[in-house]
Amino acid sequence: MSEIAIRIDGLGKQYHIAARGGRHSTLRDRISGAATAPFRRAAKLLRGQATGAAELDEVIWALKDVSFEIREGEVVGIIGRNGAGKSTLLKVLSRITEPTEGFAEIYGRVGSLLEVGTGFHPELTGRENVYLNGAILGMTRSEIDRKFDEIVAFAEVERFIDTPVKFYSTGMRLRLAFAVAAHLEPEILMVDEVLAVGDAAFQKKCLAKVEDVGQHGRTVLFVSHNMPAITRICERTILLDGGRVLDDGPSHRVVGTYLNSGLGTAAAREWPDPASAPGGDVARLRAVRVRADDGRVAEAVDIRRPVAIELEYEVLRPGYVLMPRYVAVNEGGLELFTSIDQDTRWRGHDRPTGRYVSTSWIPGNFLAEGTIFINAYLSTLNPVIKQAVVHDAVAFHVVDSLDGNSARADWGGRMRGVVRPVLEWRTEFTPDGARAPEPAL
Amino acid sequence: MSEIAPVTQGEAAALTGQAVGARPRVYQLIQPSRGWVSLKLYEIWEYRELLYFFTWRDIKVRYKQTVLGAAWAVIQPFFTMVVFSLFFGKLANVPSVGIPFQIFSFSALVVWTFFANGVTNSANSMVGSANLIRKIYFPRMVVPAASVLSGLVDFVIAFAVLLGMMLFYGVYPTGNIVWLPLLLVLAFATALGVGFWLSALNVQFRDVRYVTPFMVQFWLFATPIAYPSSLLEEPWRTLYGVNPMVGVVEGFRWALLGTDTAPGPIILVSSLVAFGLLVGGAYYFRRLEKTFADVV
Repeated sequence: MSEIAIRIDGLGKQYHIAARGGRHSTLRDRISGAATAPFRRAAKLLRGQATGAAELDEVIWALKDVSFEIREGEVVGIIGRNGAGKSTLLKVLSRITEPTEGFAEIYGRVGSLLEVGTGFHPELTGRENVYLNGAILGMTRSEIDRKFDEIVAFAEVERFIDTPVKFYSTGMRLRLAFAVAAHLEPEILMVDEVLAVGDAAFQKKCLAKVEDVGQHGRTVLFVSHNMPAITRICERTILLDGGRVLDDGPSHRVVGTYLNSGLGTAAAREWPDPASAPGGDVARLRAVRVRADDGRVAEAVDIRRPVAIELEYEVLRPGYVLMPRYVAVNEGGLELFTSIDQDTRWRGHDRPTGRYVSTSWIPGNFLAEGTIFINAYLSTLNPVIKQAVVHDAVAFHVVDSLDGNSARADWGGRMRGVVRPVLEWRTEFTPDGARAPEPAL
Repeated sequence: MSEIAPVTQGEAAALTGQAVGARPRVYQLIQPSRGWVSLKLYEIWEYRELLYFFTWRDIKVRYKQTVLGAAWAVIQPFFTMVVFSLFFGKLANVPSVGIPFQIFSFSALVVWTFFANGVTNSANSMVGSANLIRKIYFPRMVVPAASVLSGLVDFVIAFAVLLGMMLFYGVYPTGNIVWLPLLLVLAFATALGVGFWLSALNVQFRDVRYVTPFMVQFWLFATPIAYPSSLLEEPWRTLYGVNPMVGVVEGFRWALLGTDTAPGPIILVSSLVAFGLLVGGAYYFRRLEKTFADVV
């Protein structure tokens, strides 16, 4: 058995809601608060309640009683819905913030991909930023000197290395930032993919790096919402909920627990304020949702089950033919298909004002596993005018289980392609020595 | 693999950045800190390259996209000197201990500007680095320290102008000039001490942003820049050293211009106060440090 890399015992992190809610509080608030505290405490005593400073403002535990051990070379996924404590855990382990109770022991140099690109200064050149960012990530100058050419080549920005970064495209900047982070060689790598959601290309690079590091026997802690990536890369996964460890074990089992327990975050986007909802004076998009076949909003769906994409919109001016539609895009940016509202009750008919919900069902055993982004559109047909365009309105993960009755069958490795249908197969058998039947004339 | 590229164990470890056999493993214990924490000065030493890079960044960036560039380092103290010479020197006839008033005030303003910019920049430095602080660990003290350090370049430029002016007016430095670096250290320590207090407070209370310019202005007039401290009688003059910048400014004049009023006792008092400010500020900063990432 390999040595321990991380040991966490009874770790807890408490936030004061009052202190956080009243961020950037002014001195006056603080002084008046301090001045009245004794009186509030006294009033509580008079009412016969127990007293304590902690009672005076509300606290939440972002982490509570978290204990586990990670051995050297383990690649561990951390999942849970938003606010489950995943990011807080990484922040505590990378010493950005202090725990409130318990302790963690870490053996080895820690690096994290959580801070990619922060610390870049737009006025400095690419070269200068490589050095600055390298130093921020904990590399020494000689280390950066040694890896400099490699970093620049990896980022593919050789020609612009002496140009200020403010003239770089977003992609170039991200590539350079990632190249620096990728050349850090920590013994323990912590990746918070949740913070990086939005850029599919970056996510892919991130994943590749995690896979690469994991295969080289180094320890990885990987926070992600991307269930396929978790099941593929990590042999072990820890499920957090409400700051506590809910499950810890082999990835496909824990991911299954997570998907079945309804803990997934709402893969829904809503615009409650009509004025700021995307659209014009004819129609406005009010919500886009992904629903599993049991009707709940689902962030991750089983590859075998159908999934619904729901567009909710409001028609503000009557007399127009409306065409709600969406494009499904995979994490590589490939447009998989377009789907247009086909409902014959409305197709080609003017719509009266009011609320509409258009739902389409994507069948099971159709999409390949991975993250699917939905670009939502709302257009009038005559004339054709796009009323609302929302790229990446929602996203969901298609998860292929290893149960054996998906297109994956008994294959546990990588499956290529952007669709994954279950097709009918027939295999004819002819035993050795037997003559093939004569074709009938 | 080793058959293709035979390497020693040590080389293999260096190549892969991994463990081969026994090696010194970095060990960290993460736990809540209680009460007054240690200053962890060794950690600042470990991160000295980061301090260097932050300082270097601040210097590089400061005059980017300005028309006048590094001339700003001189313009600030120079025009203050002009105004002071006009109002205090000419109109109010403030004595300048036998030295042209221009030199008298500019010598003080050069070091004062270093101090004032150091305090102002470091006070806002933690809030300005909020993005980094929320996302990555490093000893936070590096941030205000780099802010003060980066002012050294401006100081050197302004100091060169001061030397030129002294030649012009025929005022020559004395042998005491060897003490100048120590006086600069005193100014640095004072600025850093105040910077620790203000930057830590600024994380919690954004009032600091508005208080700082105000405070610096008051401090300017509470320091003998446009007037000599010899206007005060002893023992009040020595006591005046409670403002550490009094020791710095009077020391500067003594070392550079040879003003005959030996400022020894003042400098002693100033040094003690500056030391108190610095150590107190450092402890206060460290004590609040654990909350920075959550609050900033």
